Amino acid sequence: MEVAKLPGFLARRLVKAVLVVLAIVVCNFLLVHAAPGDPASVMAGQAGAADPLFLEQLRRQFGLDQPFHVQLWIYVRSVLTLDLGFSHRQQAGVAGLIADRLPATLLLTGAAFTFAVVGGVTLGALAAQRVGTWMDSLITVLALTFYATPLFWVGLMLVLVFSVWLEWLPSFGMYNVGAGLVGMAHVLDVAKHLLLPALTLGLFYLAVYARLTRATMLEVQDQDFVRTARAKGVPEGRVTRAHVLRNALLPVITFAGIQAGQLIGGSILVETVFAWPGIGRLAFEALLARDYPVLLGVFFCTSVIVVLFNLATDLLYALVDPRVEVG
Amino acid sequence: MRDFWRRYRRNKGAVVGLVVLVAVIIMAATAPWIFPGSPWDMASAPFLPPGEMDMLLGTDSLGRDVAAGIAHGARISLMVGAVSTVAALSVGVTLGAIAGYLGGWVDDVVMRFTEFFQTIPSFVLAILLVAIFKPTIGSVVGAIAVVSWPPVARVVRAEFLSLRGREFVQAAEVLGKSRIAIVVGDILPNALSPIIVLASLMVATAILLESALSFLGLGDPNLMTWGFLIGSGRSVIRLAWWMSVFPGLAIFVTVLSLNLVGEGLSDALNPRLARTR
Repeated sequence: MEVAKLPGFLARRLVKAVLVVLAIVVCNFLLVHAAPGDPASVMAGQAGAADPLFLEQLRRQFGLDQPFHVQLWIYVRSVLTLDLGFSHRQQAGVAGLIADRLPATLLLTGAAFTFAVVGGVTLGALAAQRVGTWMDSLITVLALTFYATPLFWVGLMLVLVFSVWLEWLPSFGMYNVGAGLVGMAHVLDVAKHLLLPALTLGLFYLAVYARLTRATMLEVQDQDFVRTARAKGVPEGRVTRAHVLRNALLPVITFAGIQAGQLIGGSILVETVFAWPGIGRLAFEALLARDYPVLLGVFFCTSVIVVLFNLATDLLYALVDPRVEVG
Repeated sequence: MRDFWRRYRRNKGAVVGLVVLVAVIIMAATAPWIFPGSPWDMASAPFLPPGEMDMLLGTDSLGRDVAAGIAHGARISLMVGAVSTVAALSVGVTLGAIAGYLGGWVDDVVMRFTEFFQTIPSFVLAILLVAIFKPTIGSVVGAIAVVSWPPVARVVRAEFLSLRGREFVQAAEVLGKSRIAIVVGDILPNALSPIIVLASLMVATAILLESALSFLGLGDPNLMTWGFLIGSGRSVIRLAWWMSVFPGLAIFVTVLSLNLVGEGLSDALNPRLARTR
């Protein structure tokens, strides 16, 4: 794509992203009102048992005695100023609670994503080069297996093998609470705790990317420009890397964007299994306490993260692929 | 039909998948006779390892039979998988057909709506829906349907777009058939094969989703499910590995067999595509 067209393309994508975020806010608002019972008690997070003064305050704050569209406006305005409500149970603002937990989740999903992309593309490329051999079959079988296994169960089985039986790796938390490690020792400690959760979350996507890379590489391999490169006498290794793999990566980028939402959803399960202190764990705790403001806030924040990630993959795709039509 | 079966049989994995799936269905159907009584009742001493005192797969922390839980759980898993898929199909097919047949601004609106549902983190939405509408079998099925219809809408729309301009549709239009008659009677039957393949994969995904929800404690509290079994085994995994291992295997085997059946259906229904993989 020509660089001159980029700002217009970006602007259109930005407008779309803003509209999606607005739609999510409206979605949250409708959920609060569709819930059985009084919206104020839903927002208080303690249906039936809330303190009447607090409920009264919520009613005033959200204008619950006013017409529907006014309520919607008040709600949208407060969310867009990053006021995600107040968790009565934790006695803290929802935005702050989520901000505290966000780094842990980003670390976990980032590590899992990197592992999945690097491992998946490597395995997929290997399988495509050795079509029909035992290695190709093994990778296909592995992919089928991880397609069919519940994420949380994979986590539990890894805990069983590596923490309970072999006692190699810790099974919960992000670092040793009592140890008070600093510097490099702390980093290593976190890495040790990160290994199992990131592996659990990443394995499924590794399978997805391996299958995708294999399929697209097989497709690209037969195209004319690859034959031309070979005819010119380009070494085989370079043909694979510079011509085949580079083109085969485009669908992987697209898919990574599509799957961002699932990755974040999966992190709720993984964080629950491993007691990883991220927003997934926060959502699970909120779930047990039926703390709706926190749940709604988590839904909003994870959606925004996905929208941002999609924006990034769109941009990446446009930069990598010269053929992409702008628009 | 015979042709279909011949092509299906060529895919060995799909045949194995079908056999396993039928076995799971039989297990679900016969659970009340093989394991009479409630799976919630105490059957033996707590924490019995598999094989001891006639407990094939062991017992849990309250002495409940894990095997009975798995057999009864199969009923819920298959039922939730099937019902939520039917619900998602009806929404997805309707929206996809409208968008693909009418085109224009209707198509635009429907597709933006579909894209929205594909962008948001679907599992988080499912959790939110079940939590807000209280965990019952109805809300679980509803939540799964809400997050799984978008791919159906996309596939059906694409099929309708390509079929809309064909001669047999034009012929039906010239004959003065109503739009609904054309959509339901002429186009839909020709778009069925991708829908059937998708449906088998959706049942598999729905079973995974249901197990994840009940693992988090969002299952119907009155129903024994696989996800609940794993969830209750989680905190005692050091003591009783069998409590979480076997229900997980049940999910894995069922979902895998559904995926294999889906591949077989795809081979059998699209003979031209089958050999390109």
